[in-house]
Amino acid sequence: MTLLNPVFQLESSWKALPPDWPGGFFWHWLVFTVIILAFVLSVVMAFIWLERRGLGRIQARLGPNRVGPFGLLQPVADAVKVLLKEDIVPFDADKIVHWLAPVVAFTPVMMMFAVIPFQNGALLADLNIGILYFVAISSISTVGIFMAGWGSSNKYSLLSAMRDVASVVSYEIPVVLATAGVVLLAGSLSLNQIVLAQNIPFILLQPLGFLLFFIGACAEINRAPFDLLEADSELTAGFHTEYSGMKFALFYLVEYAEALAVSAIIATLFLGGWRGPFLPPWLWFLIKIFAVFFVIFWIRGTVPRVRIDQLMALAWKFLLPLALLNLLITAIEVLIWPGTLPWLLIFVNIAIMIVLVLLWSRFFKLGWGKVEV
Amino acid sequence: MKFERYGLGIAKGLAITFSYLFRRPITVQYPEQRLNTSRRIRGNELVWSREKCTGCATCAKACPIGAIDIVTAPNLVNNRYAVEKYQVDTGYCIQCGLCVEACPFAALFMGYDYERAKYRRNELVQNKEDMMLESGEKHTSGYFYPELAAKLPRQTLLIDRITEDRTTEGK
Repeated sequence: MTLLNPVFQLESSWKALPPDWPGGFFWHWLVFTVIILAFVLSVVMAFIWLERRGLGRIQARLGPNRVGPFGLLQPVADAVKVLLKEDIVPFDADKIVHWLAPVVAFTPVMMMFAVIPFQNGALLADLNIGILYFVAISSISTVGIFMAGWGSSNKYSLLSAMRDVASVVSYEIPVVLATAGVVLLAGSLSLNQIVLAQNIPFILLQPLGFLLFFIGACAEINRAPFDLLEADSELTAGFHTEYSGMKFALFYLVEYAEALAVSAIIATLFLGGWRGPFLPPWLWFLIKIFAVFFVIFWIRGTVPRVRIDQLMALAWKFLLPLALLNLLITAIEVLIWPGTLPWLLIFVNIAIMIVLVLLWSRFFKLGWGKVEV
Repeated sequence: MKFERYGLGIAKGLAITFSYLFRRPITVQYPEQRLNTSRRIRGNELVWSREKCTGCATCAKACPIGAIDIVTAPNLVNNRYAVEKYQVDTGYCIQCGLCVEACPFAALFMGYDYERAKYRRNELVQNKEDMMLESGEKHTSGYFYPELAAKLPRQTLLIDRITEDRTTEGK
């Protein structure tokens, strides 16, 4: 990334420059596609290693430590193993759908990274509707997962796919509403400009929005405690039960690439993206991504899996009303203080978050304590 | 108002798992680290002492399975018979320990080593060279000999820091 500095480093610009490389947009597209592919694959491997080691330590185990120093090459060994395995297609499977499903699930996940800025202007496409593009693209991989569940002709796969569709449809709404609060504050849908607008990281100005976005995003990418579609005690492996070899590897890659995309988006929207003192921007961005991912697998190591009715209840009874209220409060604040919000609002917003969460947890018990989170 | 139900419970759980990140893992990395077995273990192999054995064949008579096959020289030298063949089919052995109890010269022990899996059935037949105490590779357990049991290393518990390495250290 530092190599690209002279091209993209702008002094005090609000807008990123269009690429003025020889060859124009083609070179820009080629270079950034290669960078994104390499970035995603290598960080996904780092994530897999980090999660297995970290979860191991949380459970007083060691985690993988045989392949390479500290087991660092374990994801590589797994990838090689999975590539060499036989590709098994069930006899009753819908062959075309079964074959297409990993591709349909994988492609949009890679497309998500097109709008994520690595530093000022260093992104594949500085869309002025960046976050909308992200929201739209990110739900397409659900189609791939549903195709996998349908095409496998396995009742557990189908159940798992239905659960995934249910959770994504439910959690999309609070996630988008929480995003809308950030967009209101930044005054732009472009991710690069959202980062540029964060003189105070939006996690401080939007603590409730961050909480809602984090919970909703964890549910959308099916991380524990919302990993109902891979509940191995109920559904063997869920939608990828009938997959092996390269297709299984693609689904595994999708799972972690989605976690990476969500970490990157949370870092961009709420943690100030690539902005930070002293260190180079891309390093700040990586640090923030890994910090968010640490929290994600930390929660996975802590919280037990929820039931499907609890999953739905959390989305519709807790997250959705709070997201609407958050949007309303943010809109009022932006209306009163146009331009930049005073920093005193940080404490006000944190107080609002605590009060609202307590209040809604109270409401949740209204069904005679039968419905709880 | 119980705050555990309003997010404090999850925060407590997160604090516990975070503190566990810095806890010592209790995994035993088996081929490199081995736990010491209990001192009271009987063991499932026979250890035979060539120096103490007089060839009296009491062990063979005591064996309820008839797994011990002993052939000695016919002539008595220094009040003992030279043992020409001492062969135990450990596939038949039920590890009852009656031979150890029967030995009048304390020449037979149970051993506590446990990696005794073989690939072929005929490898289970052990000759006297395979179970000789004097070879230095066999470790007698404390079965029927409490004074031996008292000298064995203490059993490693999983809560202990695992430092023993039986493959390299003296037994």
